[in-house]
Amino acid sequence: MKIFLIALRKEVLEQWRSYRLLVVVLVLGLFGLLSPLGAKLMPEIFRLMPGGDEIAKLLPEPTMIDAVDQFNKNHVQFGLILALLMTMGVVVQEKERKTAALVLTKPLSRRSFILAKFAALGLTFFIGTFIAGAAAYYYTLLLFEAPSASGWLLLNVLLWVFLLVHVAITLFFSTLSRSMVAAGGLAFAVLIVISLLGTLPTVGEWLPSQLVSWGHQVALGGSLTAWPALFVSIGLIIFSLIASWTVFERQEI
Amino acid sequence: MEAIRIEGLYKVFGQVQALDGLDLVIQPGSIFGFLGPNGAGKTTTIRILTGLARPTRGQAWVGGFDILTQGNQISRLTGYLPEEPLFYSWMTPREFLEYSGKLFGLTPETLDKRIPELLDLAGLSAAAKRRIGGFSRGMRQRLGLAQALINQPKILLLDEPASALDPAGRREVLELIKEMRGICTVMMSTHILADVERVCDRVGIIANGRLVAEASQEELLERYAVPAFEIEIDPVSQNELPAWAENLRSLPWILDVTTDSLSARVVVSDVDTAKRELLATTVQSRLILSRYEVARPSLEDIFLHLTGEPKP
Repeated sequence: MKIFLIALRKEVLEQWRSYRLLVVVLVLGLFGLLSPLGAKLMPEIFRLMPGGDEIAKLLPEPTMIDAVDQFNKNHVQFGLILALLMTMGVVVQEKERKTAALVLTKPLSRRSFILAKFAALGLTFFIGTFIAGAAAYYYTLLLFEAPSASGWLLLNVLLWVFLLVHVAITLFFSTLSRSMVAAGGLAFAVLIVISLLGTLPTVGEWLPSQLVSWGHQVALGGSLTAWPALFVSIGLIIFSLIASWTVFERQEI
Repeated sequence: MEAIRIEGLYKVFGQVQALDGLDLVIQPGSIFGFLGPNGAGKTTTIRILTGLARPTRGQAWVGGFDILTQGNQISRLTGYLPEEPLFYSWMTPREFLEYSGKLFGLTPETLDKRIPELLDLAGLSAAAKRRIGGFSRGMRQRLGLAQALINQPKILLLDEPASALDPAGRREVLELIKEMRGICTVMMSTHILADVERVCDRVGIIANGRLVAEASQEELLERYAVPAFEIEIDPVSQNELPAWAENLRSLPWILDVTTDSLSARVVVSDVDTAKRELLATTVQSRLILSRYEVARPSLEDIFLHLTGEPKP
């Protein structure tokens, strides 16, 4: 445990010094701020377009629901891109640059090496998600009305878990691959497959994308739950991590 | 107990046989030069000993611990310097040494004492707070040696520790390694003979994944000594040299005579007879000598002979 904490401290410092944390917080925070604003100003934006007046008249008056919708969509979209970009190189680059060889010949287990990386990325996305969530909540409150605070909190927790699934999967491919491009490509392919399966009526209820729907409903005061999707998501995270360190244990560095 | 024991180690990469039944024993306290041409299997051997690679077949022990099942114990008593050490570019040398030390469980008090010592030893005190990303190769190499020493290892595994350095840097690193004599066991791979001659007390020569010789430098020189004499002549007697060589070849105590324009190397079967008569033959052939000596083989001669490398 002590070694894991030492490795985690180094990984967190790396998130900070390599500007990964800053990028995630800025991008997610910015879109958190812009989401309620975008919802509020959508009719005005349409009016600026040639012939947009007619379209704007057809649009209903924006509400808090539109702000929550916008936040959800933006956070999922940009969160996924960031999860892929920030994670795809973390193991494969250490293998390529031989820094892994230098530290793994010390009493640092390969399991701690992998888990520390995942935990640091998890922390980065936790901070990013909750800063974005706080920003979006504040602007929704200013421009519309306050969503349910507990529902909003749950939405952000579920969005974070949703992103963690993709961090864990990308981490696995970063461990498996010999190049960063291959890791990113494979993780992106799996992301597409999971997204497509998520649209299927019965299967979709078991997949991580259902977490987003759950959070969205709860933030708007609904009572939808998606426990199977949460269990599957946690299962996918655990499976990806076990697969990562099993593969890593067998690799020559 | 031996510091390192390797028995019948094989390593195959696809079609390439990197190690072909390597056997090796290194005694505690020695500075062992692991000498071989590029691609001989030196780096593969060290990577297997550190647990970064696995053997296809065979066994090895470091400090009495099995490399396949007791890697954690091995990592605690060894220090490792890879051929071209690369670090986290965003860290400072002090931070990397601190991180390494903490992984070994060193206390903050120990680190406060040890890190400045090592930075001083590596000549990096002035650069202690600079990012490693801006370091030259020589600086990285010296930091590599410092991090390998952070835990005061019993066994130091160094892969080509001085190959990338300029002459001054090489001398400094080799002096550092020399200072390890008696403190820990050093296994140092290299293809540079001069480095081995300078610091190592024992030498193992590896070629094509096999150990072809292992002994102290003196034993090797004695074992592979060829009884030979070298002469150099004055240019005025250059025309007499071919005839003298031809006459010499007919003598029963001569094994081989090779000549250049102004020099000759004579390999003999009977050193005593040669000492008595060789000089006389030169006088009879009216050769004017500028040098005459009993040839002593160099480590380079032995290395080239054993590895089958052509002489430059």
